[in-house]
Amino acid sequence: MLTFMASDSEEEVCDERTSLMSAESPTSRSCQEGRPGPEDGENMAQWRSQDSEEDCEEDPDGYACSRGPGRPPGLEEELTLKYGAKHVIMLFVPVTLCMIVVVATIKSVRFYTEKNGQLIYTPFTEDTPSVGQRLLNSVLNTLIMISVIVVMTIFLVVLYKYRCYKFIHGWLILSSLMLLFLFTYIYLGEVLKTYNVAMDYPTLFLAVWNFGAVGMVCIHWKGPLVLQQAYLIMISALMALVFIKYLPEWSAWVILGAISVYDLVAVLCPKGPLRMLVETAQERNEPIFPALIYSSAMVWTVGMAKLDPSSQGALQLPYDPEMEEDSYDSFGEPSYPEAFEAPLPGYPGEELEEEEERGVKLGLGDFIFYSVLVGKAAAAGNGDWNTTLACFIAILIGLCLTLLLLAVFKKALPALPISITFGLIFYFSTDNLVRPFMDTLASHQLYI
Amino acid sequence: MTAAVFFGCAFIAFGPALALYVFTIATDPLRVTFLIAGAFFWLVSLLLPSVFRYLVRIIAENRDGPIQKYLLIFRVLLSVCIQELFRLAYYRLRASEGLKSINPEETAPSMRLLAYVSGLGFGIMSGVFSFVNTLSDSLGPGTVGIHGDSPQFFLNSAFMTLVIILLHVFWGIVFFDGCEKKKWYILLMVLLTHLLVSTQVSVVTVLSVLAELKCRGLSGRFQPNEGHIHGK
Repeated sequence: MLTFMASDSEEEVCDERTSLMSAESPTSRSCQEGRPGPEDGENMAQWRSQDSEEDCEEDPDGYACSRGPGRPPGLEEELTLKYGAKHVIMLFVPVTLCMIVVVATIKSVRFYTEKNGQLIYTPFTEDTPSVGQRLLNSVLNTLIMISVIVVMTIFLVVLYKYRCYKFIHGWLILSSLMLLFLFTYIYLGEVLKTYNVAMDYPTLFLAVWNFGAVGMVCIHWKGPLVLQQAYLIMISALMALVFIKYLPEWSAWVILGAISVYDLVAVLCPKGPLRMLVETAQERNEPIFPALIYSSAMVWTVGMAKLDPSSQGALQLPYDPEMEEDSYDSFGEPSYPEAFEAPLPGYPGEELEEEEERGVKLGLGDFIFYSVLVGKAAAAGNGDWNTTLACFIAILIGLCLTLLLLAVFKKALPALPISITFGLIFYFSTDNLVRPFMDTLASHQLYI
Repeated sequence: MTAAVFFGCAFIAFGPALALYVFTIATDPLRVTFLIAGAFFWLVSLLLPSVFRYLVRIIAENRDGPIQKYLLIFRVLLSVCIQELFRLAYYRLRASEGLKSINPEETAPSMRLLAYVSGLGFGIMSGVFSFVNTLSDSLGPGTVGIHGDSPQFFLNSAFMTLVIILLHVFWGIVFFDGCEKKKWYILLMVLLTHLLVSTQVSVVTVLSVLAELKCRGLSGRFQPNEGHIHGK
């Protein structure tokens, strides 16, 4: 899910809740101009000072919608939300990197294309004699998977509503522990096997330990933004590889389609779990706990003891450590609409940032599913790159269109539907229609 | 085939395009967006003739020989026409909606720049689609031309890809210029030259086919292929 971030990161009160979160994730303000002022004076002061600061700075990519309550509506026109192409590129790069990692792994490491069983979430096998039976099984698998995801998301919303923050944080920490240690160990093992490189256990232990520990610190606490982004890309790629390996063929495609529909429903419908999450967070005037969300903004702060606040916070996806994969991660993320975060109460006398840059947040689930689509395209083809490239371009264009819509509608939007739709259309049409045509052209040396 | 062939052909085919991208497009995010949009339009324009091919295949399923050849050529012509149509559509889209929604405060890029970027987008996508499978095959085992075909298959393909990419850039610029100035004969020229380039290989092939048929009589089999990779 795609949201804006207004990079006004003020100081976040450091309490037990925030101690796990990195410093200020730049809260995105909602674009509700008519919104009544904040509850306490502190907030008011902070918003005003930020507004005046925003006046001076010229940020071409400014998310300027959220001028806050003190601003007369007349000025809103010039501050209409402009979503610069810069933000588009800020998202293209990580999405591309994630896809490149997944495609490179799929094409070189055999392990991820071998079928070694299925997850418990997709119990029906696809090794059936008839096509109809196979289709039925894949639809049933999809239903089971989607219902698991829905249940987990609702569970998360319920936990959030009843303020069980510790539980959620613990859950997230366990999930990222598993991703960063276990899956990385397996991945490294397979890569070493593919290239026939020997590595002794002490070295392996050292490497995995360092990678994992630094990852935990960066994601859950504080760290340089670039490192955090790199880790998020890595864990999305790992997750996508797990999906590609363990989801059977047809089930994967049906699941992709079903997830886009779910994403659309959950983020946009009034009774959708994600929407309820946002509203709850708004009522409490607190930021929605930073989920597995990739953020592209950078905020530098002056005069603060904290390091540069990456906008990432604690992992929030409800994740059950017993489960083998956190498939609902993907849901959760698409679910976190960050656009409506209220700014955190800051100290009135606090010095604001020297420089701000606004950015956009994209849920990690979106990364995962984009990579699953492209990875499946790469795995399925008979060494064919055209399909992979077509899906890649389709996803990027879908992302571009979603960002355009974000600029128009100014609220959190699901990032999956358009991209996955384009991706699916292009995958099936390129694989079945275009590929034979291009093969014939290439062998006859015809260029169009 | 060796890594030298792979890298050599890759850089022959994509080197100039990569240089153009790095030096002129990569710096500005708006241009990158337009490039990707251009690539997308080319892709869509490729889908339609493929649909047509699928329909035709149902009709002319098992006929071999010249029919398939002519069908192929016809599909090539059709796809070229559709590509130019999509170039026109891209122009219309850009000219009408403007760039306001993407980047209102900066000055809108000029139409010339847009023409260049869209041409490059079309070209890169076309080149990549045509050549990347061949390129990946060149890393695998095999001998080129073992059945009497030209051993320069890769080199020829690489140069043709390079030519096509650059031609798409030029066609884009000329086309948009013609649209701007409302000189419709320019559009026709672009279409004709595109058709000429795409079919010049097949014209030779068709002539050779006809020559074969004349020499051997209609019952003979012929080998129309100029380049064939084995071990694929």
